[in-house]
Amino acid sequence: MVDATMKSDVAAMRADKRGSLQRTFQRKSTIAFLMTLPLILLIATLVLYPAFYAVHLAMLNKTMERFVGLSNFTFLFKRETFWMVVMQSCIFAITAVFFKAIIGFIVAHLVHNIPDKGQRKWRGMLLVPWVIPPAMSTLAWLWLFDPSYSAFNWILESIGLSGVPWLGDVYWARFCVILVNVWIGAPFFMIMYLAALKSVPDQLYEAAKIDGANWWQTMRFVTIPMMRNIIMITALFSTIVTFANFDIVRVLTRGDPLDQTHVFATWAFRLGIEGGDIPLGASISLFMVPILTVGAIFILRDIVKRGNEA
Amino acid sequence: MTAATATPDKTTEIRMKYGSMSNDRKWALRWSYFFLVLFAIFFLTPPIYMLITSLKTSQEISAITNPWWVFNPTLDNYRELLTSNSYLTFFLNSSIVTISVVIITMLISVPAAFALSRMRFWGSTVLGMGVFLTYLIPETLLFIPLFKMMAVFNEWTGIALINRWWVLLILYPTLTVPFTTWIMIGYFASIPKELDEAALIDGATWLQTLTKIFIPVALPGLIAAMIFTFTVSWAQFLYPLAFTTSESQLVLPVGIITTLIKGDVFNWGQIMTGALLGAAPPLIIYAFLMDYYIAGLTAGATKG
Repeated sequence: MVDATMKSDVAAMRADKRGSLQRTFQRKSTIAFLMTLPLILLIATLVLYPAFYAVHLAMLNKTMERFVGLSNFTFLFKRETFWMVVMQSCIFAITAVFFKAIIGFIVAHLVHNIPDKGQRKWRGMLLVPWVIPPAMSTLAWLWLFDPSYSAFNWILESIGLSGVPWLGDVYWARFCVILVNVWIGAPFFMIMYLAALKSVPDQLYEAAKIDGANWWQTMRFVTIPMMRNIIMITALFSTIVTFANFDIVRVLTRGDPLDQTHVFATWAFRLGIEGGDIPLGASISLFMVPILTVGAIFILRDIVKRGNEA
Repeated sequence: MTAATATPDKTTEIRMKYGSMSNDRKWALRWSYFFLVLFAIFFLTPPIYMLITSLKTSQEISAITNPWWVFNPTLDNYRELLTSNSYLTFFLNSSIVTISVVIITMLISVPAAFALSRMRFWGSTVLGMGVFLTYLIPETLLFIPLFKMMAVFNEWTGIALINRWWVLLILYPTLTVPFTTWIMIGYFASIPKELDEAALIDGATWLQTLTKIFIPVALPGLIAAMIFTFTVSWAQFLYPLAFTTSESQLVLPVGIITTLIKGDVFNWGQIMTGALLGAAPPLIIYAFLMDYYIAGLTAGATKG
């Protein structure tokens, strides 16, 4: 008897609870939607819409009155500068990311090697290039590379070598843009790799030592496999950012000499904004999409994988 | 007998081995410091050279003396810049834009991150991924269509957006909001569920849970996100270069490059001073809040 009433009570409570739960759920989802609404609006109007609008723009003629299909693209394909820009963008991104990764890896190990006390100070000092706004630090490089007052050439000349035409010669200019990019980006790699190094458990190194592993074997079978995820994701991020880089080339060379150092972003700016040919500029910048997509897919895959592991 | 003779041999051997190991260690440390110094020189040369040049007169800059040394240090460049109206305008514009963008970004991304990490609703996982993907779309892909959109908007409504500094308040959040939302989702997700369940049982509304529990608990993450937003908006170069042209509307990086470089005449003393002063705010924040800064940097790849 008592049991029966209690049971029915419980059942009633459950039903009641389910009803109110449903109601709160409905309320919760509306609140949640309202909370994300500004974000959705921002992304939809200022990121997604312009991204598709770029495709539309790329198919108009210069005055943007007529639909011309793919003729902007075929026009680009016939221009030598375009293929130069494709090649230069790829060389720029690949070389810069490669050296950033190598330097970041080395410096992270050096910082990791020294006693813990001093690490903070060194880390703080070595990250400075990343903190200074790139446009400002590139100005310092521009001044260091100055044709008549280059401080680097002063050093070279004072040890008896001849000065280098840093930004005057095509190959040197390409070298300089990459150098400045490496200078700005390597500290970021250093920080990421240092964080990864710190996360490798000491037991693994001890076990390797007991097994008699030498320095190279420890690196090859302990450190690198443990860091692989971070190495990959940092390199992918950096490839995307470097490939779309604008500031450095714009400030350092403006694409000169003879448009030979342009990358996609700076060339699109030159033709699209400065040259007033918005459709052509849009079509140039669209060529960044394939590489960005590949990078994005890899990064997304990694994130989904880690999400599943967690 | 044999054991007795063998033991001292073994111990000396072990001691020698240890001795050589700690010697190795010492040398490894010395080499580490040596190469660290080399890399520090590489990384710090440009900012130091900025400082050196900013202390020189224009006569000294164009003289054929050692460029790495200041013979007659002077603060004239600083005095001139800090009393010139245009430089102060750039600095003010930059400050207003950056601080507003930090506020706007936080107002958009914190509630969104809270909703996405705690209040599962239809499409929330997809949206979370989408937010991250938009972070990967660079501004160099969007500036041309955005430029055209602003022009069309002007034709339709008569409101001019191009060449007004506040257009940057609309543009910069596209760079900052996706990333800050993403790292805030990570920080919020790491808060134990019991905490907000307790609050809800005590009768707190969702808004109270956010302001009274999530924001205080995730404050380090919030600071990291704010620092990230500050640095990005302060350093942004492409948008102001494309969207603003009049001197009164420019922000720092563009202002320095367009006004201090006149034709082929470079006033290097002032350019370096301007760049150094322009780099100061992020550097100062970094110096005092280094740990938050680094937390924000590494959050993108280690969280989530």
